[in-house]
Amino acid sequence: MNINLTLIGQLLSFAVFVWFTMKFVWTPIMGALDTRRKEIADGLAAAEHGQHEQELAKERAKEAIREAKGQAAEIINQAQKRASEIVDESKGNARSESERILAAAQAEIEQETNRAREQLRQQVAELAVLGASKILRKEIDAAAHKDIVEQLAQQI
Amino acid sequence: MAGDTLTSSEYIKHHLTNLTFGQHSDGTWGLAHSAAEAKEMGFWAIHVDTMFWSILLGGLFIYFGKKIADRVTAGVPGGMQNFAEWLVEFIDDSVRGSFSGRNPLVAPLALTIFVWIFLQNLMDLVPVDVIPYLAGAIGIHFMKVVPSTDPNATFGMAIGVFMLTLYYSIKIKGVGGFMGELTLQPFSSDNPIVKLLFIPINFVLEFVSLIAKPISLALRLFGNMYAGEMIFILIAIMYNAGVVLGLFGGVLQLGWAIFHILIITLQAFIFMTLTIVYLDMAHNDH
Repeated sequence: MNINLTLIGQLLSFAVFVWFTMKFVWTPIMGALDTRRKEIADGLAAAEHGQHEQELAKERAKEAIREAKGQAAEIINQAQKRASEIVDESKGNARSESERILAAAQAEIEQETNRAREQLRQQVAELAVLGASKILRKEIDAAAHKDIVEQLAQQI
Repeated sequence: MAGDTLTSSEYIKHHLTNLTFGQHSDGTWGLAHSAAEAKEMGFWAIHVDTMFWSILLGGLFIYFGKKIADRVTAGVPGGMQNFAEWLVEFIDDSVRGSFSGRNPLVAPLALTIFVWIFLQNLMDLVPVDVIPYLAGAIGIHFMKVVPSTDPNATFGMAIGVFMLTLYYSIKIKGVGGFMGELTLQPFSSDNPIVKLLFIPINFVLEFVSLIAKPISLALRLFGNMYAGEMIFILIAIMYNAGVVLGLFGGVLQLGWAIFHILIITLQAFIFMTLTIVYLDMAHNDH
């Protein structure tokens, strides 16, 4: 075991290796490790953020559903109101129509009755004249006794 | 193998000799042909095998490290990147656990130390004769393949770490602060004269503990790896002692290699952790 120039040679090569390792080996590998560490941290943060966003979205969706439900209830209410209005209106219409029809029918009936009465009266007058003439066996001048017949007819 | 013409001690000695390049005693430059010749070359010689294997292994590390780092993605990682990320996070956790300051150098330094020492130690698991035998076949006589069994390699790293601790100690605490740390503790007094008297005592104590850091760092790794290598060599000698002992040696080698997996990882981890701790001490003001 001789100590000689090898010592200095080893010292120099050691220095070169350390320098090289520091510059070209350690720094890039450590850089990559740091980058990955940061990426993972960012990813985790993003995931957490996403989860938070999802919570918010859920909350918003609930809100929207609640609002929609309220609107739907309102619409149904209005529709029901409108429907009962329509029913009431048509009921009113029907009632007035039926009253009108009834009135018309009554008027017609009255007219018919009047006409029938007039006819009946005439026929009764004719019959009365005919009957009287048969009883008297002579011609009654209808014209001459017109006022009597008329009177008679009036009495019926 | 080498045992046929060599005695056991020659075999061991052969395995523990580095391939040394330096100036011969006659003034010419070249490879040493024996351990004695290598010793004669003195300081101005270089262990070619240690340099070759450590730079090859370090080069492999930074080659694959760069390859992974170039294709690194923050998305879904591939198999290689998974492994690299596991390693990087393991180192990063260790640094975060022991280092309280902020310094972008410490974590890459720890990664380099851990991987480089681990790879150097891993060469110990290659059977001791394989690579020296192959090298011998192409005419290279000495080949020590585990760089961390060469104190030059472990001291090289430990001194590098030591220089960094000195640099950051002075940078963070200032020259005065650093000197104060060396001279004003552990003994101190409210009386200025006593305080002055304590300075040399404190300095001796603190200086020894300061110097002990790199030395213990280097020698711990070196000692563990050298001893492990030595045991592999001793087991390898058994292969020349007949069939029964040879088979026994095979079992021993397997067992020691499996146990050694723990040691090589542990030693790399200890070196790395102590480096982080020493740098942390350099950054902390008392």
